[in-house]
Amino acid sequence: MFKKILVANRGEIAVRILRALREMNVQSVAVYSDVDRAALHVRKADEAYHIGPAEAQQSYLNVSKIIETARLCGAEAIHPGYGFLSENPMFAKACADAGIKFIGPPAEAMERMGSKTRARQRMRAAGVPLVPGSAEALRSLEEAFVVADEVGYPIMLKAAAGGGGKGMRLVRSRVELESAFEQTRSEAERAFGDAQTYIEKYIERPRHIEMQIMADEHGNVVWLGERECTVQRRHQKVLEEAPSPIVDAEMRARMGEVAVRVAKSAGYTNAGTVEFLCDEDRNFYFLEMNTRLQVEHPVTEIVTGLDLVHLQIRIAAGEPLPFKQEDVRIRGHAIECRIYAEDPDNSFFPSPGKITLLLAPSGPGIRRDSGMYEGWTVPIEYDPLLAKLIGYGTNREQAIERLMRALTEYFVGGIKTNISLFRRILSNPEFRAGQLDTGFLDRLLNSGANLSEIDETGAAIAAIAAGVFTVLDPTTAVAGPPVSGNGLLQSVKERPSSNWKQSSRTEALR
Amino acid sequence: MTYEVTVEGRKYTVELARTDGQWTCKLDGRAVPLDAVLARRDVVSMIIDGAAYEVKREQSATDLHIWVKSVRYQTEVRDPRSLRSRRAAAAGADGPQRLVAPMPGKVVRILARESDEIEAGKGVIIVEAMKMQNEVKAGRKGTVQKIFVTEGASVNAGDVLAIVE
Repeated sequence: MFKKILVANRGEIAVRILRALREMNVQSVAVYSDVDRAALHVRKADEAYHIGPAEAQQSYLNVSKIIETARLCGAEAIHPGYGFLSENPMFAKACADAGIKFIGPPAEAMERMGSKTRARQRMRAAGVPLVPGSAEALRSLEEAFVVADEVGYPIMLKAAAGGGGKGMRLVRSRVELESAFEQTRSEAERAFGDAQTYIEKYIERPRHIEMQIMADEHGNVVWLGERECTVQRRHQKVLEEAPSPIVDAEMRARMGEVAVRVAKSAGYTNAGTVEFLCDEDRNFYFLEMNTRLQVEHPVTEIVTGLDLVHLQIRIAAGEPLPFKQEDVRIRGHAIECRIYAEDPDNSFFPSPGKITLLLAPSGPGIRRDSGMYEGWTVPIEYDPLLAKLIGYGTNREQAIERLMRALTEYFVGGIKTNISLFRRILSNPEFRAGQLDTGFLDRLLNSGANLSEIDETGAAIAAIAAGVFTVLDPTTAVAGPPVSGNGLLQSVKERPSSNWKQSSRTEALR
Repeated sequence: MTYEVTVEGRKYTVELARTDGQWTCKLDGRAVPLDAVLARRDVVSMIIDGAAYEVKREQSATDLHIWVKSVRYQTEVRDPRSLRSRRAAAAGADGPQRLVAPMPGKVVRILARESDEIEAGKGVIIVEAMKMQNEVKAGRKGTVQKIFVTEGASVNAGDVLAIVE
C-alpha cells in the first residue's frame, strides 16, 4: 500500500478522497491555488502545497507543477478526482514517466475511451449498441451538414473531449447548425483545449442511465449496478439515483455485461462508468465511457455497501478485486442532490460569495459530501458544485422522504443555492412515479409550478422575526471578520449598529 | 419598541417588548403570544401559540431576507426613530434600461455595438463565471446607448454593463 498520496483536485471531491486516505492510514497531500488557501480540502489534508494562481490552467491543470509537487513531497501516487486532469492521458503518462502511480486507468485506455469519437469507433467494432451518428470528428461545417442530413434532425453536437454536460448542443434544424457548430467548437477549445466535434442522432424523451464498473490490474472486471442520471438541466446532471426505477435485475445484468465488455475491449483498469441512453422501449445505447470517479459515485457506494475510493486506491496499489461479480448485491435506494452555488430564481446564474450561515442536515439515511463551510468565500473561478446531499432508505419512497426532510434542515445563507429546486423535484408526481426523461426538469421549470410558496402566515411570521432579530441580534450579518478565498482577513467596515452601542464602546475603552 | 416591517411589499407594524424574558408582541395592533430565543447568530427559534418556527436571517449590503419554513421573504425593517434605516427608493421602471451583471465574473464577449437596434430578449453581453457563460439580455426592444465594459473586463454583481433605451 502507498504511504503518501497527492490529491490533484479541490472542492468536495478532494475532501472525499482525503477522508478515504485518512481512513486507510495513508498520508494525504492537498494542492491549492491562490484563491483556495482557505478551502476546506486544504484544512482536511496532512500536507498542503501551493501550486499557482487562480486560473485552473496554471494551477489545477498544471501538469508539470503538480508532478513536481508530488515528487518534492514524496507522494507515490496521485488521485485526480473528477474534472481537471482526471481524464487527461498526457497527465497519466507524465505521472508514469515520473514514477508516480496515477490512480485511474492507464493512459492508453484513457486515450481509447476519453475521446468520444475514438470510443465510438471501437465500440462499433466490439458490437456494442450505439446511437446513430458520426464515428469520427467533423472536419468542416460542410461535413457537419452532410452528416446531420443523413442522421436526420434533431441532432446533438458534441465535443469529442467533452463531458459533464459541457461542450454539447441540441440542434433542432438546419438553420441552427452553423452557429451551434462554431459555438461548440470554440467552447470545446477553451474548456478542453480540443475543438473536435461530432454528431449524434437526438433520441426523443431518452433516459440517461450509466453503469459503474471496477477493474483490477489482474484482468478482473465487475459491474456495480446502474445509476439513473436522467434529471438534468442543460445536459448537466442535477440529481442521480441508484437503482434506476426502470431497471430490473435482468436488464441490469445485460447492461452490466455490455459495460464489462466495453471496459475489457479498452484494456481498462480502475473505476469507470459506461453511460447509456435509454429509449422509451428500454433499449440502451452506448453513449460514452467516463474514465474517472464520477460525481455521483456515492449512490452506488450506498446501495452496494462498497467504498469506491478505497477500491480505487487498493487496485492502483496492485491488489486484486476483493470480491466477485456474484457477490455484488444491490440493497435499498439512494438519491443524490447536487447542491450548486446558483440562483434557481434567476436563470440559475452562478452565485459565488461568502457563506454567512450554514446549517447542515444529519440524521437517519443522510450522507453529505461537502466542500464548503461557514465563513468561506466561494470563488468565482471554478465549478459551482458546493456539496452533495444523499438520502437513502429501504426503498425509493423512504429515500425521497428522508431527502425532503433533510432539505428542510439544510440552509446556506449569503449565497444563492439550488436547494429549493430539489424540494420541487422530489415532490413532483412524475418524479415520484419514476416517469422520467431528460426533458423532465426543463418541463418542470417551465411549468409555472415556479409559484412562490410565499403565504400570508409566513409573511407575518417573517415580520415578527425581523423585529425579534433587531432586538436580540442587532449587529450586521458580518459578526467576525470575513475570510476571503485566499484566507486573508478583509478589513471590516466599522458599522456600529447604533449610537448607543458606539458610546458604550467608547465608555468601555476609558 | 415599534418597528415598521415590509415583507414582500406588505407593511406590518410590529411592537415588541421584553421584560424578565417574557415577550409582549403586537402585530398591527393585535396581541400575539410570542416566545423567542436567539439560537445562534442569524437563527431565531420562535414559538407562537404553540407553533414552533426556526427562522433564519440573511443580510447583504442591499437586502434583508427572512426565511420561514424554507421560504425566503424579502424584508425591510424600519425603526421609525432611526434615520439610518431609511434607504433611497430604487430607480423607476420606465426610461433607459440598465443591463447589469447578474454575478461577479468576466466579460467574454460583447454581442452588440453602441447605437445598434436590438430586439427584446436579445443577448448584449456574455459574462462568464464558474465555467458558465451567461448572456445578459435586453429586457425590451431598444437602441444600445452605451456599453461600459470591454471584453476581458472583470465585473461585480450589480455593475452596469450597458444602457439600452
